Amino acid sequence: MQTDGPVTPSTLSVKDLPWQILWSKEKCSLCGRCTAVCPVNAIELGVFRKRVLDVSIDPSHPPSNLYQVYHGIRQKTDPAYSCVGCASCSLVCPNDAIFPMHSDEVDKLRFHKDRGGQPRRRGGRRNVAQSTLDQIKFIRISMLTDPALDAGRHEFELRTLLGRILPPEDNLAFLSENGWIPPVREIYPLIIGSMSFGALSPNMWEGLQLGISYLNDELGMPVRMCTGEGGCPPRLLRSRFLKNVILQIASGYFGWDEIIHAIPEMKVDPCAVEIKYGQGAKPGDGGLLMWYKVNRLIAAIRGVPAGVSLPSPPTHQTKYSIEESVAKMIQSMYMAWGFRVPVYPKISGTSTAMAVLNNLARNPYAGGLAIDGEDGGTGAAYNVSMNHMGYPIASNIRDAYLTLSTIGMQNELPLFAGGGIGKNGNLAANAAALIMLGASGVQIGKYAMQAAAGCLGSESDRCNICNIGLCPKGITSQDPRLYRRLDVDKVAERVVDMYLSFDTELKKIVAPLGRSTSLPIGMSDALGIGDHHAAERLKIKYVI
Amino acid sequence: MCRLLAITSNKALSPMVALEALDVMREGHDGSGVGLFLRDLSGPFEEMKDAPILSGIFTDQGLKRLDEFMMDIGFMTKYKLSFKLPKASPPGVPKRDVYLVRAYEYPEDWEDLSRSEIRERLLILRLQLRKMGEEKEDMIVFSLWPDTIMIKEIGDPLAVANYLQLDRKELAARVILAQGRQNTNYAINLYACHPFFIQGYASMTNGENTAFIPIREFLASRGFHGYIGYQSDSEVFTHILHYTQTRLGLGIESYKHIITPLQDGDIHDHPNARFLKHLKHSCRKLIIDGPNCVIGCLPNNTVFMVQDRKKLRPGVVGGREGIYCFSSELCGLDAVIPDRDKAEDFQPMYLDTAVVRPDRQEVTLCRQTDPLPLPR
Repeated sequence: MQTDGPVTPSTLSVKDLPWQILWSKEKCSLCGRCTAVCPVNAIELGVFRKRVLDVSIDPSHPPSNLYQVYHGIRQKTDPAYSCVGCASCSLVCPNDAIFPMHSDEVDKLRFHKDRGGQPRRRGGRRNVAQSTLDQIKFIRISMLTDPALDAGRHEFELRTLLGRILPPEDNLAFLSENGWIPPVREIYPLIIGSMSFGALSPNMWEGLQLGISYLNDELGMPVRMCTGEGGCPPRLLRSRFLKNVILQIASGYFGWDEIIHAIPEMKVDPCAVEIKYGQGAKPGDGGLLMWYKVNRLIAAIRGVPAGVSLPSPPTHQTKYSIEESVAKMIQSMYMAWGFRVPVYPKISGTSTAMAVLNNLARNPYAGGLAIDGEDGGTGAAYNVSMNHMGYPIASNIRDAYLTLSTIGMQNELPLFAGGGIGKNGNLAANAAALIMLGASGVQIGKYAMQAAAGCLGSESDRCNICNIGLCPKGITSQDPRLYRRLDVDKVAERVVDMYLSFDTELKKIVAPLGRSTSLPIGMSDALGIGDHHAAERLKIKYVI
Repeated sequence: MCRLLAITSNKALSPMVALEALDVMREGHDGSGVGLFLRDLSGPFEEMKDAPILSGIFTDQGLKRLDEFMMDIGFMTKYKLSFKLPKASPPGVPKRDVYLVRAYEYPEDWEDLSRSEIRERLLILRLQLRKMGEEKEDMIVFSLWPDTIMIKEIGDPLAVANYLQLDRKELAARVILAQGRQNTNYAINLYACHPFFIQGYASMTNGENTAFIPIREFLASRGFHGYIGYQSDSEVFTHILHYTQTRLGLGIESYKHIITPLQDGDIHDHPNARFLKHLKHSCRKLIIDGPNCVIGCLPNNTVFMVQDRKKLRPGVVGGREGIYCFSSELCGLDAVIPDRDKAEDFQPMYLDTAVVRPDRQEVTLCRQTDPLPLPR
């Protein structure tokens, strides 16, 4: 800043920003890769003037100033160009001369990220690193009375069911009388949750699909992936790989014209249909694909014009009564595929979830309920929704399971938990904890992006620019210059790695608990936590 | 581990035969308790096959309350077995006032009731007595059922048997289930002692059911008043058996398909694949886990043994026409039927249910991969 420059309210120094770029003049070769790669143009070539004192011992040579110029990296302090900490600069620097450091105090930028009166929108998840799921321990270790099983050598059956399961009496009666038995899918309990084609780049989507196809066809693991609200590529709709896909319909109905028209040409049924009523990252708010990402391809798949933001309404606005709407939507979706495909709703975690659950329990068509907790991720949402709205998944899923147990329907309506699973890298432990609290399976999104594609986002607000399509890894970008960075086959390989290691870790958890014959859904006696209130709330053991 | 022994014999035997065989296997149990289930009784009970027999332990006060209660609803004592106990009980065996085995006449207004109605009422009555006993801690009721006697006590099996003089001639049965207890996680409570009983179905287990909590929650939410208790994780085996047969109408061949279903690939290759898939899905909450050997008895006196999915507990069946024995160990079998063709001894494995029907002609093996005899 010039000495006589204006100081506006939003004039910030580098110190006021959340990330400070550290740059070494010694190491820098001025190649310019860092400034070229920076997704938010936070750094630029800087021309620095430097004064050097020239003091000689020769009395005939009076001291003087020497003004020199050197070139380097300058960090912008304009809030519109503030560094997001992605460290793409470090990634490309040949000499390790540059990297961002997180500020040692709460930044001042947050007070200014609303230019034009637009509150901050971003991708990622709630910026809180703490996780209740991480605190849960598995305490019922099989010892002498029932020796622990061998995770490496014993046989395990760790599949789960998706779809409405009839009570045993009805199921056997309907079987002998040829009555209608709702469709049920045997699937792997770790589902790649709804990330739309549009939110994710084509390469990322293809990589995920390729990975789960390999898991299904080569490794016999019935892994499923949900499309999210963005339609489904036409070729996939007409391929045998559709069986691995859960089609999502949400309040914007994006892509459903294409899907409905493809039904007569489908070779196989999709795994299921998920009706999205809510999302953990932004409860009570609809989907959002910002205009940056709506290119011609995305627009064509979604059936919308290109270059406009696509905010879905917060709810399905077709009926005056939500109960009626849910019942009719579920039934319509069943009807579309001849009652062969399970249909289930997904809601965000909320204190009203039990009312929804009780409603679904009375609806014989509801094929399950997915609940997405407050730590769920998203490609775009208002920062305030992400950070402050929502309900933690652990107690919501526990309440739901115990509610079903009270009415004896704990096996009939499978619950799926999402939101912050594997947030701190503990995917299998978090998933197992939720399963033992009562979930039939779990849905992950951000973990898949992190593990399979190297997403840089974190809960210390690093990167999180999925919304503007500038993902430095090309995961959530629709710009071919960015997404070509992502190798489809490598993503697929990482998806397979992620599932295989999850599978081993899950076995390493359930085997010592003496479980292998079935997924330990609701095995709450195995869980303990060192927080007395949490233990009481979750009805698990308090251990210190 | 606990030790189990079951005998099914054309000739009625004293329970001492089973208890002595348990004693042979004493290295495998810690003498912390014993449970006996006697069925197809001989002696005085032979003449009153339909009369409900109440088995339990009472304080003097409890007995008075029982008498008043039963008189009120019109149950008259038909026959009772009197236990004259020595003054001092053996070490580790609690001093009790009254061990009761008493056969009743049905009240007059029960005479026209159907068999199923009587079954229901007997269960309700037993549960009422149990509840009364729990309120004042003066009654423990094991069974109230025709042709069935149950005795359970804390202590070394043989010491308890001698103390109760179980070698008396009035006490003999053609089906005997006996368990020597190894105390585990759950506090010593007589309601936690095997065998467990509900409406003619009895079973006992050597093992640890690691899927206990979800199964208990599922059974307790079936809306059936008999599915209570669960002081032991093994009680669910009896109730699953009861549920399989009475609520689902399935035979003993299907029991193992519920508690340890085949894996999906094996179901696909099974002749009853569709049925088994649906059974597995809808009964998913009844899948057991952990090491378990279950021996049980059906109301028609069929005796069976099943193993867990990995066959982690010992169990052997052998004998000859007219008498068969299921035992945790070979030495127990040897003690009961030494003169048998040992080459015919069989250790049921992870897919097998070994069954001896009431005619006691042979051991029938049902493998889970075999076709099921389903009603058409």
